[in-house]
Amino acid sequence: MSNKVIDVSNLTKMFGNFTAVDHITFDVEEGEIFGFLGANGAGKTTAMQMLCGISMPTAGEGTVAGYDIIKENELIKRNIGYMSQKFSLYEDLKVWENIRLFGGIYGLSDKVIAEKTDALLKQLNFQQERNTLVKYLPLGWKQKLAFSVAIFHEPEIVFLDEPTGGVDPAMRRQFWEMIYDAADRGITVFVTTHYMDEAEYCNRVSIMVDGHIDALDSPAALRKQFNADTMDEVFRQLARKAERD
Amino acid sequence: MKTIKFLIEKEFKQMFRNPLIPRMIVMYPIMVLLVFPWAVSFEVKNIKIDVVDHGKSVYSKRLTDKIAASKYFILNDTPPDYQTAMQNMENGYTDMILEIPTTFDKDIVKSSNSKVGVAVNSVNGTQGLLGSNYIMQIVNDFSSELRDELITTVPPKSRASIMNMPQIDIIPHFKYNPGLDYKNFMIPGFMVLLLTLICGILPALNIVMEKENGTINQINVTPVNRIVFILAKLIPFWIVGLVVMFISVSAAFLLYGLWPTGSIIAVLISAIVFIFSISGLGLIISNYSETLQQASFLVMFFILILILLGGMFTPVSSMPSWAQAIAAINPFSYLTKTFRMLYLNGSTLSDVSGNLYAMIIIAIVLNGWAVLSYKKRV
Repeated sequence: MSNKVIDVSNLTKMFGNFTAVDHITFDVEEGEIFGFLGANGAGKTTAMQMLCGISMPTAGEGTVAGYDIIKENELIKRNIGYMSQKFSLYEDLKVWENIRLFGGIYGLSDKVIAEKTDALLKQLNFQQERNTLVKYLPLGWKQKLAFSVAIFHEPEIVFLDEPTGGVDPAMRRQFWEMIYDAADRGITVFVTTHYMDEAEYCNRVSIMVDGHIDALDSPAALRKQFNADTMDEVFRQLARKAERD
Repeated sequence: MKTIKFLIEKEFKQMFRNPLIPRMIVMYPIMVLLVFPWAVSFEVKNIKIDVVDHGKSVYSKRLTDKIAASKYFILNDTPPDYQTAMQNMENGYTDMILEIPTTFDKDIVKSSNSKVGVAVNSVNGTQGLLGSNYIMQIVNDFSSELRDELITTVPPKSRASIMNMPQIDIIPHFKYNPGLDYKNFMIPGFMVLLLTLICGILPALNIVMEKENGTINQINVTPVNRIVFILAKLIPFWIVGLVVMFISVSAAFLLYGLWPTGSIIAVLISAIVFIFSISGLGLIISNYSETLQQASFLVMFFILILILLGGMFTPVSSMPSWAQAIAAINPFSYLTKTFRMLYLNGSTLSDVSGNLYAMIIIAIVLNGWAVLSYKKRV
């Protein structure tokens, strides 16, 4: 029996009268690539923020990386990586300085950081850009760097909030190769996306509509269930039911 | 706590890579010490005056010359009548009119007693008040000069009556700032303003900037402790604030010979206590603002309260009681008072300890509020 790294039930978040996330229950297994889909405003980002411990659930319970999401949110943070929709490295720091900062925040020593930085820059083929300010990097490069920084401390889970938004197809392919590499190393990947071809790359996919999870299975099983040829069609069938704008 | 090293390193790199902040850190003390003290002064000079001399006599000419020679007045015109002078004032060519009556000479010689008329444009109240005071001083001076001269010209038997005329001269004795130099009064105040901006306002805007850029979310999902994050924001600005303070104190001495007549250690201690309290205010501002625009607006609001109700320009003791109540919780007011006591009155640490305790209490309240209102999880 495999290990559940995320296990939540009835997770709910309300903003005043508005229920952004409505009693969602699901689990994610270790080493899985879990696609978290949904139309804009379906509640994906809010749900993800609750799992990361920066948003307090209104109701529900669960664990992430073995820690309670209500009480042990600071412990969760030690064991996860996060890369947000909005690009979130420091633009006025150089490439190596960003790596060093986040390495230091997760408690790595100067020596370990220095060694790992060299290895990472070589692996990304970024040696030339070591001293470039992040704001001068092209978007695709920034996203690759942000992902690398998010998993620099070898977390159990990495949360990716629309990591490939606005990135060209070739770069997106390279990005997914990096995601597979991370999964091979045992890092669980929890990813939201609007690209249905990317949904096909996931081991399992959940689709959120109006704060609920309406479907959850492997892409192949979902296509069969909804009698569709592509994930795109599955998504359209579900999104049509949405009442929220 | 090991993470704080990495965070402080980041703050310093960002600070010195910012196109504006390092320049401001240099420019500010220069403005404060080279420009402001000369410009921000309540001393009124160069008041334009019209003298309407109906007497056209030796004495009236001497009075006019005496006024023209004063550094406070510029003789604008000597029009023939009051109407022309009034027109000059209405057109803004002159600020004051002195009218010398036809009988000026005769009155002085006969009764040693004469009257002159003064009209002042009081749109600018300070100038009006000070201007009329200056002219009264000059006229009084002139009359006592004349008395000394005339006494020799009158027959000895009438001398006694003149000698017996009561004459009261007020001789003000200005303590602690003997030259009545406004610079000595303002420079300690500007040093307080400098600490307010560098240690209170800049870190607040800096935190709001991270909110606006979204990078604060990235920090919030890491295990960084909120107190560590805030300290890492504040410490670089505290260091810069103290360095700039050190530069200003030295420059005030080198340029103006202004050195605390009281304890220099007390200057340092009170500056540090103030820094803690003003940082707390900055953090509260940053917690309640989501955007730089909101934060800047709040900053403007608080800066005005701090300065105008803090006794930098006008004495707290002459404010209405509700304004004095605000000054009583205003750290700016305590440090301004403390610095002036240390610079001008020669006070010691124990003399200013009351102000220090007040600032410590304000610091505890503001920082406690700041920590409680900061949320890593919403």
